[in-house]
Amino acid sequence: MAFYVVQFLTGLASAASLFLVASGLSIIFGVTRIVNFAHGAFYMVGAYIAFTLTDRLSGAFGFWGGIVVAALAVALIGVLVEMVLLRRIYHAPELFQLLATFGLTLMVEDLVVLIWGPDDLLGRRAPGFKGAVDFFGQNIPSYDLFLIVLGPVVLGILWLLFQRTRWGVLVRAATQDRDMVAALGVNQKWLFTSVFAVGVFLAALGGALQIPRDAVHHAMDLRIIVEVFVVVVIGGLGSIVGAFVAAVLVSELNAFGILIFPKISIILVFLVMAVVLIVRPWGLFGRPEAPARRTPGLTVNPWRPLTSNERLASLAALGVAAALPLFAGNYALTVGSEIAIFVIFAVSLHFLMAVGGLASFGHAAYFGLGAYGVAFLAKMAGLPMIVCLLLGPLLGCLGAAVFGFFAVQLSGVYFAMLTLAFAQIVWSIAFQWVSVTGGDNGILGVWPEKWAASPSHFYWLALGVATLVTIALRIAVFSPFGYALRATRDSALRSEAIGINVKRMQWTAFVIAGTTAGIGGALFAYLKGSVFPDNLGISLSVDALVMVLLGGVETVSGAVIGAIVYKALNIWLVSQTDLSKLVLGAFIVLIVVVFPKGIVGMLEMLAQRRKGSSPPGSTLLAKPIGPAE
Amino acid sequence: MSVAPTLLAVEGLTKSYGGIHAVRGVSFELRAGEILALIGPNGAGKSTCFDMLNGQNKPDSGRIRLLGEDTTAKKPREVWRLGVGRTFQITATFATMTVRENVQVALISHQKQLLNLWGSAPRFDRDEAVRLLELVGMGGYADRPCGELAYGDLKRLELAVALANEPKLLLMDEPTAGMAPRERIDLMRLTARIAREKSIGVLFTEHDMDVVFEHADRIIVLNRGTLIAEGSPTEVRGNPQVQAVYLGEGLVYDARHREGAAT
Amino acid sequence: MKLTVGGLNSHYGPAHILFDIALEVGDGEVVALLGRNGAGKSTTFRSIVGLVAQRSGRIVFEGKDVSARPTHEIVRGGLGYVPEERRIFTDLTVEENLEVGRQPKRPNAPYWTREKLFTLFPNLNEMRNRPGGRMSGGEQQMLTIARTLMGNPSLVLLDEPSEGLSPKIVEQMVDAILTMKKEGVSIVVSEQNLHFAKLISDRAYIIERGRICFGGTMAELDARPDIRDAHLSL
Repeated sequence: MAFYVVQFLTGLASAASLFLVASGLSIIFGVTRIVNFAHGAFYMVGAYIAFTLTDRLSGAFGFWGGIVVAALAVALIGVLVEMVLLRRIYHAPELFQLLATFGLTLMVEDLVVLIWGPDDLLGRRAPGFKGAVDFFGQNIPSYDLFLIVLGPVVLGILWLLFQRTRWGVLVRAATQDRDMVAALGVNQKWLFTSVFAVGVFLAALGGALQIPRDAVHHAMDLRIIVEVFVVVVIGGLGSIVGAFVAAVLVSELNAFGILIFPKISIILVFLVMAVVLIVRPWGLFGRPEAPARRTPGLTVNPWRPLTSNERLASLAALGVAAALPLFAGNYALTVGSEIAIFVIFAVSLHFLMAVGGLASFGHAAYFGLGAYGVAFLAKMAGLPMIVCLLLGPLLGCLGAAVFGFFAVQLSGVYFAMLTLAFAQIVWSIAFQWVSVTGGDNGILGVWPEKWAASPSHFYWLALGVATLVTIALRIAVFSPFGYALRATRDSALRSEAIGINVKRMQWTAFVIAGTTAGIGGALFAYLKGSVFPDNLGISLSVDALVMVLLGGVETVSGAVIGAIVYKALNIWLVSQTDLSKLVLGAFIVLIVVVFPKGIVGMLEMLAQRRKGSSPPGSTLLAKPIGPAE
Repeated sequence: MSVAPTLLAVEGLTKSYGGIHAVRGVSFELRAGEILALIGPNGAGKSTCFDMLNGQNKPDSGRIRLLGEDTTAKKPREVWRLGVGRTFQITATFATMTVRENVQVALISHQKQLLNLWGSAPRFDRDEAVRLLELVGMGGYADRPCGELAYGDLKRLELAVALANEPKLLLMDEPTAGMAPRERIDLMRLTARIAREKSIGVLFTEHDMDVVFEHADRIIVLNRGTLIAEGSPTEVRGNPQVQAVYLGEGLVYDARHREGAAT
Repeated sequence: MKLTVGGLNSHYGPAHILFDIALEVGDGEVVALLGRNGAGKSTTFRSIVGLVAQRSGRIVFEGKDVSARPTHEIVRGGLGYVPEERRIFTDLTVEENLEVGRQPKRPNAPYWTREKLFTLFPNLNEMRNRPGGRMSGGEQQMLTIARTLMGNPSLVLLDEPSEGLSPKIVEQMVDAILTMKKEGVSIVVSEQNLHFAKLISDRAYIIERGRICFGGTMAELDARPDIRDAHLSL
């Protein structure tokens, strides 16, 4: 019994940091409407700076002072980030904001390794809380008790701040309608910056307070951000009480999950999240998001089938691509195969995003599941390649059917966070369930059969499948299903009022996109000859998003061109520098700031400008593509 | 008129939020081809009432029967399939699609082709879509992006979309809100004409008394969740209770419709 | 002149919405801005208070050109704005809504305290701690005006205050606007309901497709049924 009590208290102590980070994320989202992916990075930097300060400064004052100074220093960095980067993108679609802050996260990951090195760092114990308290023969670290008390104290302080101060009233008002707050004479810029500073301070404090408990390392940002996303989905984004309750719930589930499913403890959190989503889709303390306010001024060209010239151009491009083996070497062909596979991946996400209006941040899960499907079938069942290629993607289909069912209950940023959390869960299973998946070592030796083994043959196979998939999805875009799906994206209210089951349409689209991604993954397994957990990792999911956005959301060709440009650049970059994350992150941030409409969108704009005519695009007095604001 | 069948029968509709009765024991009937206006002060429960009829909101108690079928617990999309078209107070259209595509989506849904992944949507029932657009006087706008339309045209498009499933009942929530006076009258004349031709029942809410008194066959008045009056336009505007809670002294609508004036 | 607007042009993306708008508001005047839906009434107001990013032209308020100032500075200078759709903070109580609008006392503008506003809008007094979301449309309209008055403006832009309100509430709105005028607040009110506009306004402008096509007193407008019919389609 005592053991369970101690386990419970450990869970409560872990909840403190989680709550600090999650409440910071919630506060920032509430006012700025930005889901700050970089929140995990601020948490991590808080821990690193606190490590250095507490290491250099001696005594109790040095330790506690170091913790607070570290959090303040990171808050200052946050202010800089807000003023330099975020202020430029407050009016961009929320997807771009998530991407920009993700790019920031990538940069920070390389920077901390540059500064503090790649090794785990063990921090100082907290003065005054070094010992442990005996509880019926079980030890509880006294620092854990300190954290258990700290959580509710911070909750109380935040409550007073928001209910009892003018700043709090203004923040709550801005949470609902920031333009109206400005129209009442409040300086929005100052309000946003102060809110961002408070949120980042909380994240950094959460990180700094972890150093007596956990080692500081350069991957702690992703781990915490996924947990935080789960917390805010369960608790309800924007609710501080919700963040607290959910942080406790998730921490306890982790603490006890280890005892029940030692290998795949994350399953328990997933099950609880699934139940919450069914019962209360907006979280325990959240509320349904108000429908998006009309955003004037978005230009949208109505979609149309290709003209005959464009058809010819596409055919010519395909002809050139098919002729590549005649003059390119083996390395180029392997790169070409990889690009073709990523075209499939990008086009599948584009279908979900552009037609369905659902921006998945975890699309790699279904790509990776397709790859694992092939690996299982080829290695364990020993099936022939063609059968594996046909059946492997079904694992992606199955995953998309299960996760998609829950994901489409939500929309907008909730959908993005949830899909990301699902992908991370799949990743954890692949990583932890060593007996089946081989864990970090992956599954090796998935080689293609002889007929497809040569680089040119495999290239033609990949190119052929990519072409078929692209054509099939284009047909789907202009099918009755595609029209109805676009309709649900434009107005769920109107769709339901004309007999369309919105969730079912979205679910179907999710399954189609997931299965298609699985096809890409299946080919990828054969291309690489192996499958690893990274094949369903977050960075691959974000690759897909960048490809689609780089090309431009509004056209299928955008996804194709985005995939080609990005993948080629990516492969080249990785071969050139050790700091690929830093460069890539900076690149993503730059794209978001400079080309918010993507490559194809930019080309179209230039073409229109050259024609000298007024743009054919209409002024759209309605919500933009995807649920923005 | 008296031979027309009862289309909609509402009995004892009740709904409360947080202990406050939004709608309390509301009962009324609507016949085919009849135009019925639901009026009352802001917060009287009109929208709540409307949302319950269309399935957007579930009543605490009471019953809604549409053509004899109980629709009390049905979802909006199920109510639509029974033949109820709806227009919204703030127009809800598919903004990135053309005017015709908006109607085509409704036709796709009506013909249960929603999961058809292979056909060609641009060619789907083009003629019928154009016919519906012509019916509401929008034939010339078929290829315009919906986001380009003026407000009054959006309202007409909504009407065309609502007519796509050959409805028996039209629910229109403040159909003329935000429109210029001339547009208001045009839209209601159009609605009335279609309703008479196809024997469709129309229930609408409205704050513009010029529109209500001009076009409603019958008016029901809601105040604090309960029906306080029912009758012809002349009866309702002469009702002292309605004047006290809603109509006021009649300074802000057309003099022709004020009580006592010759009509 | 309280407010002088000249050569005001506004764009939303590629679309040119307002063309050389010019209008004037004198001290203590109530001026109506009439026009159909989509004619540019709201965009004119939004441009004046700096909520439209792409605008050019001259906006002189109390002798100072404010056309390059951000929204919050214009509003703090005493130019109050009441948007259409009311935009109450639904989670905040009546008192908190008023708190958001509170600004310091201004020398040349009437000073409004909460108590004074509760006398002007007695309904609000009974629901000081009620969340804005639990109020009726009419009560919300009162609150949104009271909230703007908490900033002690000398000029208020009122965007379609009668829209979606019952006739009786609209009559109360007439009284409230006339009281504000008596206190010394200058008012520009955009409207489609001519009956309502006539009851409160000294002068009127008509806007059509983003251009001002009439300006004059209410009597002058009455004398020109041709203009009325052409631009307001009455």
